[in-house]
Amino acid sequence: MAGDRPAETATLRVEDGGSRLRFTGRLDDETVAACWGEALGAADRGRGALLVDCAGVDYCGGAGFALLAALEEAAVGRGRAMELRGLAPRFRELYDTIDRAKLRLAPAPPRGHGGWVAEVGFVATGRAADWRAETEFVGATAAGLLSLARHPRRLRVREWWKIVEKAGSDALPIVGLISFLTGVIIAFQAAMPMRQFGVDIFVVNLVALAMTRELGPIMTAIVLAGRTGSAFAAEIGTMKVNEEVAALTTMGLDPVRFLAVPRVLAGIVVTPLLTVYAMAAGIAGGLVVMMLIDFPLSTLMNQLSGALKLQDIAAGLIKSFFFGAVVAGVGCLRGLRTGAGPAAVGDATTRSVVTGIFLIVVLDAIFAVVYYNIDF
Amino acid sequence: MSADDIVEVRGLTAGYAGRTVLRDLSFRVRCGEIFMILGGSGSGKSTLLKNMIGLYPAMAGEVLIGGEDIVGARGAARERILRKFGVMYQGGALFGSMNLESNVSLPLEEWTRLPSEARLLLARLKLQQVGLDGFGGYLPSEISGGMQKRAAVARAMALDPGLLFLDEPSSGLDPVTSGEMDDLIRSLSRNLGITFVIASHELSSILAIADRVIMLDGGGIVADGDPRELRERPTNDYVRAFFRHGKERAA
Repeated sequence: MAGDRPAETATLRVEDGGSRLRFTGRLDDETVAACWGEALGAADRGRGALLVDCAGVDYCGGAGFALLAALEEAAVGRGRAMELRGLAPRFRELYDTIDRAKLRLAPAPPRGHGGWVAEVGFVATGRAADWRAETEFVGATAAGLLSLARHPRRLRVREWWKIVEKAGSDALPIVGLISFLTGVIIAFQAAMPMRQFGVDIFVVNLVALAMTRELGPIMTAIVLAGRTGSAFAAEIGTMKVNEEVAALTTMGLDPVRFLAVPRVLAGIVVTPLLTVYAMAAGIAGGLVVMMLIDFPLSTLMNQLSGALKLQDIAAGLIKSFFFGAVVAGVGCLRGLRTGAGPAAVGDATTRSVVTGIFLIVVLDAIFAVVYYNIDF
Repeated sequence: MSADDIVEVRGLTAGYAGRTVLRDLSFRVRCGEIFMILGGSGSGKSTLLKNMIGLYPAMAGEVLIGGEDIVGARGAARERILRKFGVMYQGGALFGSMNLESNVSLPLEEWTRLPSEARLLLARLKLQQVGLDGFGGYLPSEISGGMQKRAAVARAMALDPGLLFLDEPSSGLDPVTSGEMDDLIRSLSRNLGITFVIASHELSSILAIADRVIMLDGGGIVADGDPRELRERPTNDYVRAFFRHGKERAA
């Protein structure tokens, strides 16, 4: 059988200073690997016609043919002719069927678009198409949400509820844990320096304001981007690769309305709820630390009720609506813009997380400026 | 197992998820022949093929490849058996992130000590042998389904195995491309002496290239022989129906 390992190895003898190569035994991947460098080196060194004697070869596999083709290329490259002698007819017949000119080791021609001007144009038109698609997506999603507000019965409630469950209740443990630990870390970091000034009770104010106005919404949105946004991108991306999105289109169903709108709505609904939960968990973490450094709970609750206003919670909640829409929207958009092949799904998922987190930070900065200017 | 046989299946019982699909199958495949496993959808063709290549664990029995049992083989012994054959999966199973040359080179990188230029040359040679000259730089997503199947055959041949297992090589292909795939199999069999074990239900391919077939139904072998003889002299009703309906559909 051709694939059996050899009982013997090939032997290469270089004669006449590289003008004659004599092979014996089997020419398969193992034996060719052992003599490749020596054979090609001899072909490069010698002068005159290169004679390759294969009279003693009893098996020649693909690797053997590759070696013979490489020898021929090397010889011709140095202006030498190559004569192949003694190769058994069944192998010779196979070797002659190979189009050696097309096997040459020269790199394949680049498959670009022809020159750098064309390349720049290609990239620019690609970006413009991306922006157009993204703008269309935002418009189509907004129109879909408005249409849903006018005709709520169009929402496929059972499927939507599953999305809410996955994005919302399934995320409670991780959101709670991260927020609680964030509260613990802030309290520990702030307690020691503030104690030096005798104002360590104000750690409660710090944790409460940080968790409600900034960290609660931000931590929730980042967890959602990594967990839910990526899941939306992977799910819709896989549907795109499997032509399920094409099937929706040919059935006359708008993929944005059918796939993106319920997910964006789910994001808008669950993010504020998770954010309230994250605020509470973070404040609880801070209070636990304060109790560990001997503040009674009644004092802490008193301080908390004085420190926290409804306006602080509202400031965080308003952001969270936008964060939810952005995270879910970016996940769906990346999924719908997925290219071909399984690697494209991975790319879409990565881009959804990176873009989601970037937009969360940008939005948060915008909110900071707006809140400052309206004194909110 | 005689010296003429490359595969021998002895008393194979196989299935999955607690369900027995094939019961006590025994047959042999001779060196150099194009051997086809036939049967309707759900008859167990792919299950049999995947048990023969050691992908599914057999419930009972032996599958000897080149005289060694793949069913119980582990570690180095299993690797030695795996190197004796190549496999083409139904959808091609090419790696989407790699171009065709890299797909074909992958087993060479993992299993041989060939230098990179030798691997590249060999990958191009294999692609040339399946009629994909000049497509080495393309990604699988950039070529047609038929070309993907050809590239999968080239990858299966990378290590010069004497035995190739093909799962539905013609399914989903147009008649012209399907015919080209048949020509490729026949050419590789004749020129390189490769033995083929093919799971298929494409009647035109079966009659065009198969040297011998077994037909599966109800978990067992209901026919074994030359497909042209079986068509002329069917041994039972299932074989008669298979060839009659296949012929009507082809017409």
